[in-house]
Amino acid sequence: MTLILDYEAGNLASVKRACAHVGMEAEYCADPEQLRRADRVIFPGVGAAGSAMQSLRERGMDEALREVIKDGMPVLGICLGMQVSLTHSEENDTATLGLIPGAVRRFAFDRQDLKVPHMGWNEVRVVQEHPVLAGIQPGDEFYFVHSYFPQPQDDNAVLALTDYEGDFACAIGKGNYIGTQFHPEKSAQVGLRLLANFSKWNGQC
Amino acid sequence: MLSKRVIACLDVRNGNLAKSVKFVDTKDIGDPVAKAREYYLDGLDELVFYDITASSDKRNIMLDVVEAVASEVFIPLSVGGGVRSVADATDLRLAGAEKINVNSAAVQRPELINECAAAIGNQNVVLSMDVLRTVVSEQLPSGYEIVINGGRTKTGKDALAWALEGEQRGAGELVVNSIDADGTKDGYELTLTAMIAQAVRVPVIASGGAGKPEHLLQVLTEGGADAALVASMVHYGDYSVSQLKQYLHDQGLKIRLC
Repeated sequence: MTLILDYEAGNLASVKRACAHVGMEAEYCADPEQLRRADRVIFPGVGAAGSAMQSLRERGMDEALREVIKDGMPVLGICLGMQVSLTHSEENDTATLGLIPGAVRRFAFDRQDLKVPHMGWNEVRVVQEHPVLAGIQPGDEFYFVHSYFPQPQDDNAVLALTDYEGDFACAIGKGNYIGTQFHPEKSAQVGLRLLANFSKWNGQC
Repeated sequence: MLSKRVIACLDVRNGNLAKSVKFVDTKDIGDPVAKAREYYLDGLDELVFYDITASSDKRNIMLDVVEAVASEVFIPLSVGGGVRSVADATDLRLAGAEKINVNSAAVQRPELINECAAAIGNQNVVLSMDVLRTVVSEQLPSGYEIVINGGRTKTGKDALAWALEGEQRGAGELVVNSIDADGTKDGYELTLTAMIAQAVRVPVIASGGAGKPEHLLQVLTEGGADAALVASMVHYGDYSVSQLKQYLHDQGLKIRLC
């Protein structure tokens, strides 16, 4: 069973619909015990890092997530669900899960035409092959909506890059954990393929 | 670099696709779910549904349309028309809308923008502005006035001032819809679009007047818009979404091609 982590941070229905479309039946999960019995987990999220972490801790989900990831369960983080996998976020100066050493920073531009949030379609360049990113071609674009971006300490954790006045990591991963800054569930056919890849991934790279 | 977006707007009345000229003479032209699917498969970047259903007892039809579309169209979906409260916005979000458009109700009660932004996030709140050209006056220094109720009621609000206020209250995007240009197929209102795009730091979606691919190119370059909204030109089959996007790409714009 695929479980979609429900911690009152965002629109889970669009993730569930996209999963169903690629034949991955998924249920919402708000209970850490249930999470431990999953086959794979999708960790979505929009909103702010501070309230998201608070909500995870109140439910005991932070510990459960660390455990299942340690045990090798395939986990996909999306947007804020990815950002909280790093050690620290500038958003609300929040200590986050620390699955991948590094920080989450806010875009800061002087130019008026570079808007924050970075919202819309942008190219994803795979820099490290990964089963979940299989089939992404040069020039393929995904849908982004975010004001903060991840900055892992270790370059090996960076799987793909996107250029927004300089490259930032748009997909990161370590072992059986992978996270994307873009929204596969809103990224048309290329996004659906990524979800289909994840549905078959055994957590090995 | 972000791609410029092509967004199709579907006006829905009683569950059917409608298209108006200058916001009157509305006629129904088909099934919105089928159109949405067609455009999605043809590479559309984003969809906007506008509920122009007159009677409130038929509003639930719109939720069904949104739900049906959200189950098979995996691009951002924005819905507006008659959103008066956070509860309206939440209902539409649960049905599958990503972004919520507020319009007349926000003009009448601007706090609606703040409330929606707090509830669903700035990035999901789109302020849709219907704008009419007018004479420059002390009250309307930009020479453009906000109108509501489908363009029928003048408000005395200056369009530029309202755009800035909307941004400040938490709107994550602005739709600038020119009532003068709407349905004419003579091109977008470039002066208005450029004026607002230069003044705000949130994305601006130009709306009203698209008839030819050149019009999209103009508004995305000279007009400074981040996205161009199209309706009639694709609804009636004059152009396909992929044709428009290929043209913009060939003209040197960054465009997502599938």
